[in-house]
Amino acid sequence: MDAHTLAEDAAAVATGASQLSLQAQELALNISQFTTPETAGMPFFVVGLTVFVLACFVGYYVVWRVTPALHSPLMAVTNAISSVIIVGALIAAGPEGWNFSKLLGFLAVVLASVNIFGGFIVTHRMLQMFSKKKKQGA
Amino acid sequence: MPITVSLLAYLVSSVCCIMALRGLSGPNTAKNGLMFGIGGMALAVVTTLLLPGVSSYGMIILGIAIGGGIGTIIAKKIEMTALPQLVAAFHSLVGLAAVFIAAAAFHNPEAYNIGKQGDIHIGSLIEMALGVAIGAVTFTGSVVAFGKLQGLVTGKPLVFKGQHMLNAALGGLLLFLIVLLCLTESAAVFWGIVFLSFLIGVLIIIPIGGADMPVIVSMLNSYSGWAAAGIGFTLQNNLLIIVGALVGASGAILSYIMCKGMNRSFFNVILGGFGGEAAGGAAAAAVSDKPVKIGSAEDAAFIMKNASSVIIVPGYGMAVAQAQHTLREMADQLKKEGVKVRYAIHPVAGRMPGHMNVLLAEANVPYEDVLELEEINRDFSQTDVAFVIGANDITNPAAKKDPASPIYGMPILDVESAGTVLFVKRSLGSGYAGIDNELFFYDNTMMLLGDAKAMCEGIIRAMEH
Repeated sequence: MDAHTLAEDAAAVATGASQLSLQAQELALNISQFTTPETAGMPFFVVGLTVFVLACFVGYYVVWRVTPALHSPLMAVTNAISSVIIVGALIAAGPEGWNFSKLLGFLAVVLASVNIFGGFIVTHRMLQMFSKKKKQGA
Repeated sequence: MPITVSLLAYLVSSVCCIMALRGLSGPNTAKNGLMFGIGGMALAVVTTLLLPGVSSYGMIILGIAIGGGIGTIIAKKIEMTALPQLVAAFHSLVGLAAVFIAAAAFHNPEAYNIGKQGDIHIGSLIEMALGVAIGAVTFTGSVVAFGKLQGLVTGKPLVFKGQHMLNAALGGLLLFLIVLLCLTESAAVFWGIVFLSFLIGVLIIIPIGGADMPVIVSMLNSYSGWAAAGIGFTLQNNLLIIVGALVGASGAILSYIMCKGMNRSFFNVILGGFGGEAAGGAAAAAVSDKPVKIGSAEDAAFIMKNASSVIIVPGYGMAVAQAQHTLREMADQLKKEGVKVRYAIHPVAGRMPGHMNVLLAEANVPYEDVLELEEINRDFSQTDVAFVIGANDITNPAAKKDPASPIYGMPILDVESAGTVLFVKRSLGSGYAGIDNELFFYDNTMMLLGDAKAMCEGIIRAMEH
């Protein structure tokens, strides 16, 4: 096999590859179109429901393992993490300029922040008490 | 940040939240768990801030600073005895935030990719309506619960004729409005749902009595989780769905444990009316002619000093009197005298799950000395003294003997089988459930009438002599 045919083969492979990559791009585009929220309204519901049901089971098993002595900290910390809805508030408060929606988002950010900081700090205070007494008991 | 990266970051954040709950399985791992929780939350916030649509950082930082400042101050200042109110107040904030977010999504659906104004996907509308309704019920329900716990509203259940009919009718109206919203997408209907849900939140909490508050606080905890999950469906965000489901499950399990602690079904609690006039006058008449032995702090000190083991049964009265520190001093004094001292915690003692454990922890009571009902109940018969402080209904033998009693079947701490029962109480009145306690009239019971804290101080003084 001489150098010339080798170069020809290489060129053929290169064109093949570039065609393939084009196809891949097209495919990726199709996939992204397929999963845009415009068409994903119902599919997301199914995905979300799957996640929701599985998370309920995870929650069920995790929470039963919580020792009864720590039920108050459990309430405080679940309260704090339920404020993860701040994610929704941030998206509402995110855009530039002012409108009603943004005002609501801003208020929700404030409320959720009270909860996040308050919830975590009060949980920390409680846990501090439990570990402090742990040291004394030992 | 590409969308895939932010979705993965949300996944990590969800796992962190699961780890936060997992850590609470024991006091040693709890703090690590908390760190996971904080980390997960920080990651979620930062990831969201880096999303393409979010750019007005000034406002957002201002909002977080205001909210964070308020939250920090409240959380640092709050007395541990006021914890149930605080938690109720915090639940109300989650509820209201959920309402605001759903409303923001309704008025600006483009920001959330759920359609255009006036043309929101029907699935999203249903999810939005559910999220906003649960959020609104959580908000007003928690506000009423806060009022009851704080003593701003009467703890007595408020029951009126046709209450259940009215609630059912309002529930039906709510469903109708949700359908109407899906058909018309009118803003008026949306806000109608919000206000109707506010009203329902108030109506479902007012008939519930003070004794059932632990169930209510847990139930609202659960609702705040479901509200978050509802918002998660609206915003198509798995993080919110996962965390909402975790919190919802957690609150539901706590409600179940509390109901079991009172031997009542969840529906029985929700339908309300417990602890009002219902508790019969017959029992009161039957017991009132028997003599009651009333002792002093000196008597109590003498009995306990000469005992070999004492079990302390704390209740909400201890929290009200802020007696936990003095109580622990008293226990230390007894331990110095060679008395074995332990604490027995009933699942529904206090006004929220685990309330007593936190108060005793605050007073530096060793973790090992504090035992749950199942662990310690059998030991009462081998115990010389049961020291009941600020508890009442959870020790009432009527729960075992009197099928007519409203608390019949509720698991109680068997204090009456101890050698002597010392019962610290303000007066001979009935407990929160409005039921007389025949234990007061038992031969081995000695009543110590007075403020819980003052009584403990008196006992300490008497022991020092």
